Amino acid sequence: MSRPWQALLSRELALAFRQKSELLQPLIFFVLVISLFPLGVGPGPQMLQKIGPGVIWVAVLLSSLLGMERLFREDFNDGWLEQMTLSPVPLSLVVLIKVLSHWLTCVLPLLIISPLLALFLNLTADMYQALLITLLLGTPLLSLVGATGVALTTGLQRGGVLLSLLLLPLFIPLLIFATSAVDAAALQLSYNGQLAIIGALLLLALGLTPFATAYALKVTQG
Amino acid sequence: MWKWLHPYAKSEQAFRLCGRLLPWLSISAVLILGAGTVWGLAFAPSDYQQGDSFRIIYIHVPSAILSMGVYSAMAIAAFIGLVWQIRTATMAVAAIAPVGAVLTFIALFTGAAWGKPMWGTWWVWDARLTSELILLFLYLGVMALYQSFDDKQQGGKAAGVMALVGVVNLPIIHYSVEWWNTLHQGATITKFGKPSIAPEMLWPLLLCILGLALASAAISLYRFQSELMRREMHRPWVKALAEQEHTHAV
Repeated sequence: MSRPWQALLSRELALAFRQKSELLQPLIFFVLVISLFPLGVGPGPQMLQKIGPGVIWVAVLLSSLLGMERLFREDFNDGWLEQMTLSPVPLSLVVLIKVLSHWLTCVLPLLIISPLLALFLNLTADMYQALLITLLLGTPLLSLVGATGVALTTGLQRGGVLLSLLLLPLFIPLLIFATSAVDAAALQLSYNGQLAIIGALLLLALGLTPFATAYALKVTQG
Repeated sequence: MWKWLHPYAKSEQAFRLCGRLLPWLSISAVLILGAGTVWGLAFAPSDYQQGDSFRIIYIHVPSAILSMGVYSAMAIAAFIGLVWQIRTATMAVAAIAPVGAVLTFIALFTGAAWGKPMWGTWWVWDARLTSELILLFLYLGVMALYQSFDDKQQGGKAAGVMALVGVVNLPIIHYSVEWWNTLHQGATITKFGKPSIAPEMLWPLLLCILGLALASAAISLYRFQSELMRREMHRPWVKALAEQEHTHAV
């Protein structure tokens, strides 16, 4: 089973790196949204430190939505997805690989650039550490749940706003727990509880969403 | 049980069953809901602390409870539709969603109107209020997803998947008042043992909940019938029914 797994992953990564401009879009959007906040709410360091974690998390949500929309669309349009449905490789594995490559190409760059943003928004070292851990645990969850929503809207012509309506409500619990963990870190408190809840959500999503996404893809292909 | 239920998976049988149930449900809903509301709004004693403004509980609490109850019903229908591939169940999802959305809106609106005199604010980002708002967005998402498919068969399945994914939110709403100690008060009637509400206030509330449940069921069934008709327009049984109606009218 290891060979289709590797072939799929290398295909996805090769495709992603051939479309460099689309690879950069979420990253640029992310930096732009965050740099608007100091201009919008005023550059006071205290204020920025207070709203910083929330701002970064909301920006992550929005920019991952931006990249996610293309997760299945091209493969759906050129018939690749249909071939995969017919092939002996389980569709849920295909989904899992696609989600993994999406996370590696669209979300990981956001995490790599995040120290710069922590500097922009005047986060303390403790806050940054908590932010990074919540992002590491939370963004795979975003990609997994997001894939289900994208799969449901793949066959539709106008998916954009509908996708945000479907997905953003589901992301709210994650947002609440992640920002409360960073707030606890700002007060030098322990935030293991919040991390445990995010981790539990991640495991739940890892177990269930590949199958839900595969089913949704079969539905959109009729 | 299964043998007894299975014929109702056929659309024509389901339509007839709804037709038989509807008059009973709607008449009892009007009677019970009417009695509960009049008793609650006019005759129940006023609260020692909140005065007469507590009476909004007779609209707020039933609609809040049912906004979640209706979501569970919708999710169960979605589950049945997806697992056993029963078409009528996915039609039920589409029929139920707007009913739940309206109930959620009523719960949010009456909550805001109650919050203004009691807490001095229309809206706070309290755990229960926020999760109820998410519930409204979930209903709207299910409705929008169903509407945006031209092929309603496909749309019904997609909406069903969405409804099941959203079930995650139900425990969050229910336990929100216990997990987060915020402005919204804790449960008063659903806790075990003795409820912390006077019986002369409790009885009309229970009547209101039962009445609104019956009313939601009746409206859902009516919408379900319309959905069946719309989706099965080309089927002979709908044509026969329409002709029968026509000859009655003439």
